[in-house]
Amino acid sequence: MSILEVVSGVLMLAGALFVLTGSVGLLRLPDALTQVHAVGITDTLGVGLIILGLAIRAGPTLLALKLLLILAILVLTTPTTSHAIARAVSRYRSRPWKDGQGRAP
Amino acid sequence: MTDLVLAALFVMMIMTALAAIRLTDLFAVVIMFSIYSLLAASMFVVMDAVDVALTEAAVDAGIATILMLATLVLTDRWERPSARLRMVPLAVVCLTGAVLLYGTLDMPIFGDASSPANTHLATYYLTESPGEVGLPNVVTSVLASYRAYDTLGEVAVIFTAGVGVLALLGAARSGRGGAAPMRDNPVPRVIAKIMIPLIILFALYVQLHGDFGPGGGFQAGVIFAAAIILYAIVFGVDAAAQVIPPAGLKVMMTGGVLLFAGTGFVTMALGGAFLDYDVLVRDPLAGQHLGIVLVELGIGITVAAVVISVFLAFAGRRRAR
Amino acid sequence: MKEFLLHYHYWVVVFLMMTGLYAVVASGNLLKKVVGLNVFQASVFMLYISLGVVDGGAVPILRPEVTVYSNPLPHVLILTAIVVGVATTSLALALVVRIKEAYGTVEEDDIHRRDEAE
Repeated sequence: MSILEVVSGVLMLAGALFVLTGSVGLLRLPDALTQVHAVGITDTLGVGLIILGLAIRAGPTLLALKLLLILAILVLTTPTTSHAIARAVSRYRSRPWKDGQGRAP
Repeated sequence: MTDLVLAALFVMMIMTALAAIRLTDLFAVVIMFSIYSLLAASMFVVMDAVDVALTEAAVDAGIATILMLATLVLTDRWERPSARLRMVPLAVVCLTGAVLLYGTLDMPIFGDASSPANTHLATYYLTESPGEVGLPNVVTSVLASYRAYDTLGEVAVIFTAGVGVLALLGAARSGRGGAAPMRDNPVPRVIAKIMIPLIILFALYVQLHGDFGPGGGFQAGVIFAAAIILYAIVFGVDAAAQVIPPAGLKVMMTGGVLLFAGTGFVTMALGGAFLDYDVLVRDPLAGQHLGIVLVELGIGITVAAVVISVFLAFAGRRRAR
Repeated sequence: MKEFLLHYHYWVVVFLMMTGLYAVVASGNLLKKVVGLNVFQASVFMLYISLGVVDGGAVPILRPEVTVYSNPLPHVLILTAIVVGVATTSLALALVVRIKEAYGTVEEDDIHRRDEAE
């Protein structure tokens, strides 16, 4: 296996681990705002790493350029949607979650 | 390896479908449906159906979800919970499922190259279309040339649905449209201003590139409508109605269908059959290409106009008190 | 056993179809019926597309280096079906909105009760 394949494999694996961490956070964290915080950050990073791994595997071709454009759009839109969700949640809830309250529904 | 990916996607689809049925929070149900459609689109990519995947993702995970959310805003968010499983529908469903499973026992195995579906007409299209139509994307050549009459019927159906929704809900009213809760929020505003021109550019790319790769009129129309819907969500229905006035949308709806059918009438006037593009210019292959471009343009215009009109009709409606 | 493994995707598709059908028949909420109908439709699309898969076949976009392609005909049919499906869904949702305005509810039992009371 060449060095390029190893690097791309490591990047994709790291990306998958980040997405898994975000999903675990989504299940375990108590309040919607904390869940948005977990998923928004790790999803952008994780999917970004996966796309970088795929782009390295594609080599210097048009396919790699398309993948990098998708990465650019992802970096633009995922934080925006997290922001929109968080703002909607914070307007909907009258009181912020405090430690010891248990899971919010 | 493909089998593992297919199995994983199947499992996720079953879980999201069951969740969509059992939840009582309708907001969660609609989002589960959106995830289900995106998984179905991934399934189509794994099964080599890239045009279908693009359409399914754009239409079901985009437009259908948006319309369901708009309906949710106008009706109730929570379903009345009934704890028990209803027995008679469950029995009917199980009986139907058993009959269907019995029927599928005779069907060909997955990937069979010699099944009746994969041998008769499909091989004809794959071998003859370079000589008769000349486009690399066989799906576009079948959709817009060999089966153009069916596609004309489909465009008529979309047009009828648009007319029906406008008759039921009326065009966008400016009473409610003044609300634009995201206009003062800098993050969605700036990102929307960056993304909307890119989305429109991508819609044009998909429209014109449908001959050489996945794409075509339907996907392009839906993506263009998505750009306008994003504008309406961030800046308000009033601003969107100023950008594309509802009267202009009605003209676009009918104009697309007329362009499609008009191409057919022109070919008849030039001596060929209805929608026989060979007679449009001197060279039959160039005539096919010209005919397909015109027809796809008609499809794209109608689909975009219908989707935008339907969304503006939903968004301009006041919630019933 | 191999026969079952190569047939199992039909079982999954039929299960998804029946899930959607159960939502259409058994749920009292009109919006959930529409969602169930769309779940049913998407699983029918998968059934047809899975019929067109060819082992070792490529995407049906003609290229000089490929000899075996997947079947393009189900793709064309399902493309039409998807767009017609969203057209019917939008009409159904418009009807749901009008029913809510006329009856004040989208629960089927309440609508029947209101109709019988008149």
